[in-house]
Amino acid sequence: MSSNHLIGNALRSAARAAVLASALVCAGAAAYTLQEFTFDSPAQERTFRDLTSKLRCLVCQNESLAGSQADLAQDLRKEVYGMLKEGKDQDEIISFLVDRYGDFVLYQPQIKPSTYLLWFGPFVLIGVGGWLLLRALKAKKGEPEPETNAAESARLHQLLAAAEPPDQAK
Amino acid sequence: MARSTTSYLVPLGLFLALAALLFYGLSLDPRKVPSPLVGKAAPAFTLESLEEPGKLISSDILKGRVSLVNVWASWCPSCRQEHSELVRIARDSDIQLIGFNWKDERPAALEMLRRFGDPYALSVFDPDNQAGIDWGVYGAPETFVIDAEGIIRHKRIGPIDGKVWTQEILPVIQQYSPKG
Repeated sequence: MSSNHLIGNALRSAARAAVLASALVCAGAAAYTLQEFTFDSPAQERTFRDLTSKLRCLVCQNESLAGSQADLAQDLRKEVYGMLKEGKDQDEIISFLVDRYGDFVLYQPQIKPSTYLLWFGPFVLIGVGGWLLLRALKAKKGEPEPETNAAESARLHQLLAAAEPPDQAK
Repeated sequence: MARSTTSYLVPLGLFLALAALLFYGLSLDPRKVPSPLVGKAAPAFTLESLEEPGKLISSDILKGRVSLVNVWASWCPSCRQEHSELVRIARDSDIQLIGFNWKDERPAALEMLRRFGDPYALSVFDPDNQAGIDWGVYGAPETFVIDAEGIIRHKRIGPIDGKVWTQEILPVIQQYSPKG
C-alpha cells in the first residue's frame, strides 16, 4: 500500500522533472538568438525576427540568420539589430546587406531583369509544354480513322467469330 | 518523314541542353558567392594596426598603387595553407600586400606572423568584424585585388596557391597595373 504510494510519487516527480527539462531546452533554443537583444516594442522584435529569418547565413548556407550558430551570423544579427535601433526600415537593412554580400543573402531573390529567368522561366516552360501538348492532341483528333480494306475486314470478322464463346455460337 | 524526325530531335536537343546545364551546375562551388563589390570603390575603413595597438590605418593606403588585401586569421587552417605562397609573392613581386586580420586575437595573429613569416607591407586588425561587414567578408581567407584608383577588381574566395596566383590573380594585377 505505502510502497505503491511511494512509487507513484517518484514517477510523478520524475515526469514533472522531464517536463521542466524539456521546457527549459526548448526555451533555450528559441531564445538564444535574442537573448542579448532588447527591443523598444513588440513590433520591432517582430521585424527583427522576420528580417533575420529572410536572410541567409553565408557560412552555413542552408540556415537563416535567425537560426545559425555561426559566428558571422551573430555579427550580422548585431548589425541588423543596430540598424533597427537606429530606426532604419526593412528595405534599407536588406539593401545594406545585399550591397555587401550580394543577392545570395536573400532566400527569396528580388524580381529584376537578371532574375526574370529564375522567376518566370518555369511558367514559360509549362506554357510551352502545354501548348505543345494541346497541339499534339488536336492533330491526333483531326486525323481520319484509317479505312480497312477487304482483306483486313475478312480477317477481323474471322477473329471476332473465333473469340465468341461456344455456347452462343449457332 | 522529315517532319517527324525533327519533332523527335527537338525534345531530345532540349533535354541534352538541360542536362548539359545541370551537369555544368555540378562543377560550381556554392560557397563561392560572387561579390557585388567587384568594380566598386573599396569600402573605406579606419582600423588599428595589428603590430602597433593604437595606431590607426585608413583605407587611404590603397590609393596610388595596385594592392592585394588578404583577409586572414590565425584560427583559419586555409590561411595557414596559403601563407607560404603569400610570403613568396611578397618576396618575388612588387605588389603591395595588405594583411586584413579578421575576427582574430592579436597575440595569436602576431605569433603566426612571427613563426611563418610576415608577407604584409601593412596589417590592419579587425577583431569585431567592423570593416569586414562593409567588405562583405564571410570567411577567411579572402583576397581582394584593388587597383591604383582604389577600385576592387577581383575577389578570390579561398586560399591562394601557385596556380591561382598565375592563372587568376596575376592577370588581373597586370591588367590594372600602369603600363611602362
